[in-house]
Amino acid sequence: MSEFETVIGLEVHVQLKTRSKLFCDCPVDWGGEPNSRVCPVCLGLPGTLPVLNRKSVELGVRAALALNCRIAPFSQFHRKNYFYPDMAKNYQVSQYDLPLSADGFVEIPREEGSLRVGLARAHLEEDTGKLVHFAAEGFSGVDFNRSGVPLLEIVTRPDLRSPEDAYDYLKVLRNLLRTVEVSDCDMEKGSFRCDANVSLRLSGSEKLGVKTEVKNMNSFRAVERALSYEVSRQAELIRSGGAVVQETRLYDAASQKTFPMRSKEEAHDYRYFPDPDLVPTELDRVWIEEISAALPELPSAKAGRFQRDYELGFYDAGVLTSDPALAEYFETAARACANFKTLSNWITVELMARLKESDTPIESSPVPPEHVSELVGLIDRGVISGKIAKSVFALMCDERKPPSEIVRERGLVQISDESELEKVVEKVIGEHPGPAEDFASGKEKALGFLVGRVMKETRGQANPRLVNEIIRRRLSG
Amino acid sequence: MKDASKNQPLDPSGIEHVAGLARIRLTREEKEKLGAQLSDILGYMEKLKSAPADDLEQLSHILPLKNVTRPDEPSSPAGSEQYLRLAPEREGGFFKVPPVIEET
Amino acid sequence: MPAFQALNRLSAHELAARIAAGRATATAAVRDCLERIEKTDRRLNAFVRVDREEALEEAGRIDRELAAGRNPGPLAGVPVALKDLFCVKGREVTCCSRILEGFISPYDATVARKLKDAGAVILGSTNMDEFAMGSSTENSARGPARNPWDLERVPGGSSGGSAAALAADQTVAAFGTDTGGSVRQPAAFCGVAGLKPTYGRVSRYGLVAYASSLDQAGPFGKDVEDLALLLEVIAGHDPRDATSAPEPVPRYRDFLQADPASLTLGLPSRDTLKGMDREVAAAFRAAVDTYAALGAKFVEVELSSLEYAVACYYIVSTAEASSNLARFDGIRYGRRAPGVADLLELFEKSRAEGFGEEVKRRVLLGTYVLSAGYYEAYYGRALRIRRLIKNDFDSALAGCDCVILPTAPIPAFRLGEKIDDPLQMYLTDLFTISINLAGVPAVSINCGFTGGGLPVGLQLVAAPFREDNLIRAAALFEGATAHHLKKPALDDR
Ligand SMILES: [Zn+2]
Repeated sequence: MSEFETVIGLEVHVQLKTRSKLFCDCPVDWGGEPNSRVCPVCLGLPGTLPVLNRKSVELGVRAALALNCRIAPFSQFHRKNYFYPDMAKNYQVSQYDLPLSADGFVEIPREEGSLRVGLARAHLEEDTGKLVHFAAEGFSGVDFNRSGVPLLEIVTRPDLRSPEDAYDYLKVLRNLLRTVEVSDCDMEKGSFRCDANVSLRLSGSEKLGVKTEVKNMNSFRAVERALSYEVSRQAELIRSGGAVVQETRLYDAASQKTFPMRSKEEAHDYRYFPDPDLVPTELDRVWIEEISAALPELPSAKAGRFQRDYELGFYDAGVLTSDPALAEYFETAARACANFKTLSNWITVELMARLKESDTPIESSPVPPEHVSELVGLIDRGVISGKIAKSVFALMCDERKPPSEIVRERGLVQISDESELEKVVEKVIGEHPGPAEDFASGKEKALGFLVGRVMKETRGQANPRLVNEIIRRRLSG
Repeated sequence: MKDASKNQPLDPSGIEHVAGLARIRLTREEKEKLGAQLSDILGYMEKLKSAPADDLEQLSHILPLKNVTRPDEPSSPAGSEQYLRLAPEREGGFFKVPPVIEET
Repeated sequence: MPAFQALNRLSAHELAARIAAGRATATAAVRDCLERIEKTDRRLNAFVRVDREEALEEAGRIDRELAAGRNPGPLAGVPVALKDLFCVKGREVTCCSRILEGFISPYDATVARKLKDAGAVILGSTNMDEFAMGSSTENSARGPARNPWDLERVPGGSSGGSAAALAADQTVAAFGTDTGGSVRQPAAFCGVAGLKPTYGRVSRYGLVAYASSLDQAGPFGKDVEDLALLLEVIAGHDPRDATSAPEPVPRYRDFLQADPASLTLGLPSRDTLKGMDREVAAAFRAAVDTYAALGAKFVEVELSSLEYAVACYYIVSTAEASSNLARFDGIRYGRRAPGVADLLELFEKSRAEGFGEEVKRRVLLGTYVLSAGYYEAYYGRALRIRRLIKNDFDSALAGCDCVILPTAPIPAFRLGEKIDDPLQMYLTDLFTISINLAGVPAVSINCGFTGGGLPVGLQLVAAPFREDNLIRAAALFEGATAHHLKKPALDDR
């Protein structure tokens, strides 16, 4: 057992999938010229007032339900006051002591029993604008396109015990939020952001150590790496008699290290108070039930169903349901397929490797699910061998054609004509009397050699099962 | 939590802290004058302690309105120029500010 | 043309009727107002900007509409003046602050839009205490406005410019905002009628905020009928203001005729009214007698929480203001301090140079009462007392149609008299402030004059969304008296 226990808590901001901003009707879309998605409200012009986007509340509730949170019957927006140039009003409208939801949890499925990560709260808030630095020109520019974009902030309890836990949590969280269509959770487009609090304590101790806040992590892997670095940095510091300083540190992806933020931090005094411009939200049972009824099947239930209905193992079911689009892909393919295990293998092994190589999301897979089912069918019916299937699959990816067409075009159909194969077998036995005798006298190993020669003679098109049978019949006769 | 009954009148360091939070740079004269006036006013506020309100709920919204929302319907953006031209300083499509350092 | 009374001297409903009947034109009305402004405003400083060309152009358009037989609305051709915090598209809005110098609003406040739609012609913007913080219009970056009844005295505030302009017949109607009395107190000081609607009755969209939970826009009128007419135009639900009430808007002019016997007035105990100026007290008692003589019934009401109103108000309003005014930082609009080297200087210097002393005082106070360790003792406490005050008004108004109060404990004071004692200045808001805290509507009408010829205001307070009761009670008094007809003797030289 290690001398220290790692204590990690994560704060995740996801952008809610609305068409307009949280408090004004500016469109929410990615990109666009700077300051082209702004209006008097999200620029904080004098006299303007916020009006809450109903959809953002509903998405917040959807998320809260998926995250097993208690939905507050009464919630309220507060103003978080601090000055920063990317803030249109120099206060951020957020939720403070009356958040939309609290006290939830996320289950990370593990074969030995799932790991439960507690959630302190999930609340709504508005995004800020963006600062762009023109170092050479000596100024910074502010773009308010993101100002007022609806966010859900999800805060865990300090329940994560390792960087790997943190990585797994993020994957499970993203899957949940994408499944219930609350957010795209695209880190590159900024619709999923993560900050971490890390501290160490002596194993067995209840008292939390001094924590650091780590920011600027741009992928799940970066979170894992940043946390690993931070954990070892803190451990070394403590071992060498030093003390961890409570501070914010930025992760540098190039060096895979964290560094303290240079700009001096003042003690924060956000002077929260209820925003008088926004009235409370009261979620009654009817409204919540309406939203709940529209909720799709959650990943954990889906994984259970996959194990049951498709007779898949824990691992395969977990992989296939780790992403809603992937699960949907599998189910579409399964509709035209009888062999779920083989189908699952083709998707989780071949297809996913291929997609990963080209960094393509499953939604844009070059191979439609129906083609994978077809491929599995061809194998099962003995039309092509598993080996040929691999080359067919590669062609399916490159040429985007159905497997049957590829097989036909290239004459890859497996030879299953017994009389034709018998001729080849005779020829091979004639050419290799030694191995033939070996097999006849009980040396099983020789069979492989003979089958291999037949396959070679037929350029891989022979049905290996049949070749096997014929040789056995011929030599044991 | 500090107790307001024990709070010090706003001495120069107190007023400087508050002015820092409010981002208003005060001259020495202002610190003295405003500090004294605010201490006076805060002294007057002490009378609130005797009001029979301990058991009352805080009232932050006077009207019993709730769930005031709008539909999620985006408008078409009106273009940035009409807003950028309000800026004291701009650079292209950006509102311009002195360089902000946040890198390590 | 016969030598009619100049059109600027008419009330809004009289002028609207004349224009609608073709007996006057919008253009002539606007010209009369502009001429009057020209003659008197060097002394009054009621206007901070006169949009002469725009006003004449708009008046011409309305005259053409009328000539073409179309009806441009209930205020067709009526010149109005707006406090310098109503955003009007294409016009400068400064809140009489240096920090907003040069800010041309790219959008219309809902009230401004409704006025335009009703055919009103906006003459320009009126002087005010910077960001509506003050009771005298002395805290203006544009210099103080003056009281038309005595140029050495203040017109009240913060909507002092609107009240003075109307009292001096520079305009036919005017609008202000009322956060702690900023319509009613200047109305009282200038001898015109002013109304603060129920919180949520009028949209706040486009009104530069001082204290969001207290602010309401309200009309100034030359008589009660004008208040009814103007309120009808600006009231109503606005989807752009989440705190605006979805209550229907009655035709307030239907309540101008009232049966005195059906009116019950709530009179606060003598204790509540202590500390009033002797002449104000006399005018107030005379007003009570007038109602009694008319046959109104009286009940005594208990408003003991009034004692805490000023302290409560200056916590709630400054806390909100400290946050509302944070956006003025010299980045997106307004004025930036020259030659700033870094971000902190940009914020601190722009705000130091841009804000006047009273604004700094209130922003600092509000920042302090919200700051770590003090929230509960000040802001949290004030919110509890706000409920106490609301409960007091609820029970008082359950037993009467209107509570009757003085508007201000003193008549208009001299310029400079209270400027160095902010607390004394705050205490003059004693009778108006609690009404904003309770969110209820109130009206101030002229109920007489001091020996020195200064107007005294009478305040009537009604239950939420019962502005009809205010109109009834105020019209009754006005019908029995002639104070509102008296005009200040501003010589025209
Ligand atoms: Zn917007």
